[in-house]
Amino acid sequence: MKRIGIDVGGTNTDAVLIDGDSIIASIKVPTTQDVMSGVKAALAHVAAHINDTPRPLDAVMIGTTHFTNAVVERSRLERVAAIRVALPTGASLPPMCDWPEDLYRAVDPMIFMVHGGHEYDGSPLVPMREDEVRDAALKIRDAGVTSVAISATFSPLTTECEDRAAEIVRSVIPEARITLSNSLGRIGLLERENVALLNAALQSLGKTTVQAFKTALDDIGLQAPFFLTQNDGTVALADVAAANPVFSFASGPTNSMRGAAFLTGLSDAMVVDVGGTTSDIGCLVGGFPREANNIVHIGGVRTLFRMPDLLPVALGGGTIVDPETGAIGPKSVGYRILQDARVFGGATLTTSDIAVAAGLIEMGDPALVADLDPDFVQTALARIRAMVAENFDQMKTSAEDVPLIAVGGGAFLIPDEVPGASAVIRVENAGVANALGAAMAQVSGEVDQVFSDMTREQALAEAEAAARRAAIDAGADEASLQVLEVEDIPIAYLPGGARRVRVRVIGDISFG
Amino acid sequence: MLQEFPEENIESLATGAWILGTGGGGNPYLSTLNLRRLYADGARVQVIQPEDLADDDMVAVVSGMGAPLVGQERLKDPRHMARAVELMEDYLGRPFRAIMALEIGGANALSPFLAAALLGRPVVNADCMGRAYPEAQMTSFAIGGLSMFPLSMVDVRDNEVIVARAESWKWMEKISRAACTAVGSTAATCKAPRTGREVKDWGIHHTITQATALGRVVLDARARHDDPVAAVLDHAQGKQVFRGKVVDVDRTTTGGFLRGKTVIEGIDADRGATLELAFQNEWAVAIRDGVPVAMTPDLLCLLDSLSGGAIGTEAVRYGQRVSVVALPAPKILTTPAGVAAVGPRAFGYDIDFESVFQ
Repeated sequence: MKRIGIDVGGTNTDAVLIDGDSIIASIKVPTTQDVMSGVKAALAHVAAHINDTPRPLDAVMIGTTHFTNAVVERSRLERVAAIRVALPTGASLPPMCDWPEDLYRAVDPMIFMVHGGHEYDGSPLVPMREDEVRDAALKIRDAGVTSVAISATFSPLTTECEDRAAEIVRSVIPEARITLSNSLGRIGLLERENVALLNAALQSLGKTTVQAFKTALDDIGLQAPFFLTQNDGTVALADVAAANPVFSFASGPTNSMRGAAFLTGLSDAMVVDVGGTTSDIGCLVGGFPREANNIVHIGGVRTLFRMPDLLPVALGGGTIVDPETGAIGPKSVGYRILQDARVFGGATLTTSDIAVAAGLIEMGDPALVADLDPDFVQTALARIRAMVAENFDQMKTSAEDVPLIAVGGGAFLIPDEVPGASAVIRVENAGVANALGAAMAQVSGEVDQVFSDMTREQALAEAEAAARRAAIDAGADEASLQVLEVEDIPIAYLPGGARRVRVRVIGDISFG
Repeated sequence: MLQEFPEENIESLATGAWILGTGGGGNPYLSTLNLRRLYADGARVQVIQPEDLADDDMVAVVSGMGAPLVGQERLKDPRHMARAVELMEDYLGRPFRAIMALEIGGANALSPFLAAALLGRPVVNADCMGRAYPEAQMTSFAIGGLSMFPLSMVDVRDNEVIVARAESWKWMEKISRAACTAVGSTAATCKAPRTGREVKDWGIHHTITQATALGRVVLDARARHDDPVAAVLDHAQGKQVFRGKVVDVDRTTTGGFLRGKTVIEGIDADRGATLELAFQNEWAVAIRDGVPVAMTPDLLCLLDSLSGGAIGTEAVRYGQRVSVVALPAPKILTTPAGVAAVGPRAFGYDIDFESVFQ
């Protein structure tokens, strides 16, 4: 098995070439403003080593934190329209009623609530008012908005209203990119709608990002199939992934945690992955990120889908420090760190400048931060340490000290001693843990359908068998398959004891 | 004496009520959101102690009815809860002095607050379950032999129902449940009106205070990184029944109820053992390796072992690390009449009630 794994963060782009368990080549370059010249530089570096071993290249796996960063920073988000098919229910709690105000403003939504939706037994709540959907679509078109999220009551059981509303919207706005809530989330209207809306806000970014990766691979002449890594440690073909950016939300931290486990040999530990824009703190259990049980907040928004349990912190190597007040973040210079940070001759004070001034790391020209008041530097450093300590403590699950693995390009920001950590572990190649985790990513197979006229056991078994076939079709090695997720919802009052079953299995890519 | 219910108590009340919901009563999140929005719009809710009611005061007993899962899709609207109270006033031709919760468990703990915020009436610091239960006859008022009618029910489509008389609590349950199922398994209801005297004699008192204090204990423990499950046990004099990992959940929806069982594989001291937690909307009976070890009316609470937050019967899923905790039931529920109404036999289990606290 020979693969290239690449992780494109807001600040650094890391790439590795692995052959089996061996790291053949690795590199870390700054993410460039156009993103892709950095990607190309990193790819070109590791691609030059492809012939160091005889096997051909099997695949390129790309992990990107672009989508999460956009939500956390409230930038690069597209204006969205929400159409909820649920009236007369839910009027007091309109779409996005529980979103943080700044994110709400960044997405600047058009909100429509129309009559319709279904009951839990699949019967209509009230007839869907198609004229209301059409009116909404006309207003959305006139406003020039093309990204639309559609939700409806009980759409995970019957997609009829969302499908029909999408048809109407498409007839009015042919170029609309429509996210249906049932394709992403579970029972729980607000949370499912939230996921759909976040996804809608990221449509443009998803499309341009994947297209840019495609061009970069072509330019280097890499012909291997190309995947984006997903939240659960699996990969999806890039074009499929582009339409569902939310499935890539936590792929960066998932990759780095898997990479951290691989590099340290530890399967149970806390991991902090410090990028240029954000840090993510998570918990490794048995070599995989611990999964969140239920509700996961993304950028302050409640969501309900399978995600690793992570605490994102707006702290990275490119995080901007206010030169007047010493306040840290949440904005970051991101990919512009080599131009904007003071040590590289820029005019913006960043956490990296503070680290250089304090002697924590050597980079750029230390003379350029020599003018910083030592008291100011120590105060900023203390703030950074307090942020790390507070967030680490929040993620810990017991009062006992546990090891903390520090990975990522900004790992130097993590102090050697963190209250509550038995040790802070730094390893070689920790800077490219992300890329390593991406290269190791697995494939999955999923089935989500209604089964009738059989027992629950039979339905689960049928669904699992179908999910296994889907995974094998997607390229999984049959012997490595394991069930990741089983969910079943009985549908009352339908003949034959109908039940919706969702099963997801995961396995290594087969290169047989 | 009226006391304003401060906005900062909303989260504590919701957290505590969710635990007292014993798996049912609905997740209070949406009600919390609704109540916060009402507070943001300037509404304020006052609380009245049951002992401060006059004997002839009229008290509205409200609850959302239906399957919690349905409530997550058909989002509740405070106007319907208020409308159920108004409909009952119209029918009676008399105004209510105050509004109280049917159950302090889950979202329904906040139901009277939603109506009260819109109607400008105080909420009584009491309920008639001290927890959550699925059926109308499972209340302290029913155990006390009080009248079970009339009942008002409001749905979102402009359907309004009055059940004028019912032959028994069972019939009231049967009729109102059928109406509720007919409108989609969720509706706002105002139960049989109570006099101040009846609330004083048969209500379960000060449960808003109890739920708020329990919730605060959990929130404080989380903030201090103490074990919130231990904090619950300590504060409420509860007992840990089991600790483990959820390995299977089986659910069916019949007659408007969510029934099924959760299977938990033991860890720590319970390693090697398996606990089956059966439910009908709420957790009903805990069976360890085939032997019943805890049961209703003791409160069986399934808590997330890490956060101490309650896990509802509709949200429990494979892989969760959980603690099964028993809390003492209100006294009236453990009397012979109470056990007949809400003991294991009321849920179809042919076993004698044995409290873990005996």
